[in-house]
Parts: sequence; C-alpha cells; structure tokens
Amino acid sequence: MAIEVRIPTILRTYTGGAKTVEGAGDTLAALLTDLDSRHSGLRGRLVTEQGGLHRFVNIYVNDEDVRFLGSLDAKLNDGDNVTILPAVAGGAFGFAAAAALLGRSTTR
Amino acid sequence: MSRYESLLEAAGETPLVGLPRLSPAVPEGAPPVRLWAKLEDRNPTGSIKDRAALFMVREAERAGRLRPGDTILEPTSGNTGISLAMVAKLRGYRLVCVMPENVSTERTQLLRMYGAEIIFSPAAGGSNQAVATAKQIAADHPDWVMLFQYGNPDNARAHYETTGPELLRDLPTITHFVAGLGTTGTLMGTGRYLREKVPGIEIIAAEPRYGEVVYGLRNIDEGYVPELYDASVLTRRFSVGTRDAVLRTRQLVEVEGIFAGFSSGAILHAALAVAHQAVKDGIRADVAFVVADGGWKYLSTGAYGGTLAEAEDALEGQLWA
Repeated sequence: MAIEVRIPTILRTYTGGAKTVEGAGDTLAALLTDLDSRHSGLRGRLVTEQGGLHRFVNIYVNDEDVRFLGSLDAKLNDGDNVTILPAVAGGAFGFAAAAALLGRSTTR
Repeated sequence: MSRYESLLEAAGETPLVGLPRLSPAVPEGAPPVRLWAKLEDRNPTGSIKDRAALFMVREAERAGRLRPGDTILEPTSGNTGISLAMVAKLRGYRLVCVMPENVSTERTQLLRMYGAEIIFSPAAGGSNQAVATAKQIAADHPDWVMLFQYGNPDNARAHYETTGPELLRDLPTITHFVAGLGTTGTLMGTGRYLREKVPGIEIIAAEPRYGEVVYGLRNIDEGYVPELYDASVLTRRFSVGTRDAVLRTRQLVEVEGIFAGFSSGAILHAALAVAHQAVKDGIRADVAFVVADGGWKYLSTGAYGGTLAEAEDALEGQLWA
C-alpha cells in the first residue's frame, strides 16, 4: 500500500533531502513506524515520548488535519496523500512568535 | 437602521448572501445543500478585522491599558493593521505596525494612508529575524501598547458577540460554519457562540498552505500556535494550497460575482468540500462561510489572470491570506 508523504524542509535531513517519500500503513501510527524503519529518527520528531503528536507539528491526510480524524489512529488508504508541516500561525509568518514575546514584555 | 454616529459604529452587520450557482446540485427529492457567503469586505476598512480591532481597542480603553495619545504596536501582515490604523486615527492613537517585506504593496500603501507607521522585518530571515526585530523594538519602546491579536480574548469576543449572533439570526437553519484560521479569533468566537446555540453544528477551519519559504523554521520547536486556539471548538480543519485557493477565488467572482481575496478562496474550497460531502450523505446543509476581504489589495500580484500555474508562481513566497 503506497502513501505519498510530503516532508517539510526542516525534516529533510532524515530523508536524504527528499521532498516526498513513500510509505505504507493502515493508520498514521503504522505509517510513521514504517517510515522510521527507512528514515531513522523521523518518527521521534513528530511523536512525543508520551505517544501524542508533537504540539508544533501538523499532519494532514488529503489536506485534512489528522487531529480531527483520530490523530495517530487516523485511517489511511492506498493513494492517500500525507503532508507534514510545522505549525505556524496562518497568515502570521514568524510574527506570531514575535507577538508572543512582545505581548509579554510590553503589556502593562 | 443604516444611519451611524461615526464610522466605528458602522462595523459589522454584514450581508449574508446565497450562492445558488456555486451550491452543489442535489438529486431529485434529496434535501437541499446551500452555500451562504458572509460578506465581511463590507466593513469600514474592507475586512473582517474591523470587528476585532474595534473590540480590542475599546476593551483596552475600558481596562485603562490605553490612554489618549498612546502608541499602539502590532505585528501584522496586513488587514489587522489597516483596521487598527483606522480605529487608532478616530480614537486618537498612534499606530506602529511591524510586518514582513513580502506583503502586497497595496497593504503598505493603505496602512500609510490611514496614518500608520511601518517597520519592516526581512522576509528572508524567517521567524528568527522577526523575533529579533520585535524584541529590539520592545526593548527600545517599553511604553508602547501591544494589543496582541493572537492572544487577546477580545479578538474572539468580537465574533462571539457580533459575527455569531448575526449568522444565527440571518440563517437559523445553519448546519456548517467555515472560516479562515489565522489568529483563530473568528473561528473561536463565532464557533463557541454557534455551538452553544445550534446542537450538532460543524465548525470548519481553512488554513492557508503557503510555499516552503514561509515554513523556514530552523527546528520544530520554533513553531507557534496562537494562544487563542482551542481545538475543541473545531470539528474539522483543512489545509488549502495556493492553487486551490486561487481556483476558488476566481470561481467566486466568475460564477457568483463576488470579488474576494485569496483567503476567501481557501475558505470556499473547504466549504465546497463539506457541501459535497453533505450531498453524498443525503443530508440537508446550510453552509455559511466567511468572505474575509475583497480582492482589491491583491490585484498587483497578477494572480487573478493567466493560468493557475502562473498564479501559483506569482504568489510563491507571498502571504496571500
């Protein structure tokens, strides 16, 4: 079962620079385990030690956020597209992070 | 009543219009599935952000955080800055916006026209550069007031108190609400209100998926989730790429005559997905979605003409929502 997975720039060190890799699995958890067998360390960047998705990672199956599809238990089918992205505030670029810092230091 | 004491009072109460041509056809005898657009470009400065800007300023005044003559500082990539600039002008404040270089020229021209000052942060430096720039400004000007739209509850409250009630009043049969996910204020406020009033309602987020340069963090821990965000308010969340957003933005004006910005195209894309799902499931649906702003500010991108591939190239690396 082939599932195409898009890898963000910052995680391509685990895929030899590849933008997309293929994997298999009938759930997201199974897919990540499969990917980790060829791209060692990748899974550890996406899943916390407690077994949940990393707070600043978003994973989409066919453009839908897996957190609303069962997270790691999300079902996968042959031909699905999986996209991994770091969480940044939409439309906010790095400014959200800047805003957080500013908000705490200038709010009176 | 359409007479107001000042422009500030004219915010909100935007039209909700049906989209009979873009709504999916249903089989004979099947329950109707209808799309409705909430035209937020009909606000005083032309975007949904007028609601949040007004609420955030009023509440800061009420709480004594903002006093006449103060300087407001806000990192923004566009519409919030324009809204705040208008409100600041009418309420007697100075506004300084920090923004990335890669926003459209119309936005910076509008900001300056409304009287805002702009400090640019290099687009190439990514979030690290933005953080460094912001830290420096804060250190230099400890007296400037930040309303901080990403964590300000009054941003969401604006929608809890205005957008949500307007939608329910105008569309009591609403089954789905779809909006863009940026600060998350629209979805959190409107979503909470509608969930309290309409059992089983679906609250759907559409977030823009930009070109890779925008995600150029050095590591995952530099990611950011707005303080306002509460995933339990949402029922689904879609990531919409540039090509789909452009395609739907063009459809919106070609088929229904609504000239909108690209974030609205992304929102329509998600709205159509849930509408088609409802047709497939044979259930009645009244899907209301947000048209966040008009297309005027994005004309210079050139992305309204040419092929979709050309439009995608034109918007590469730009913050189109």
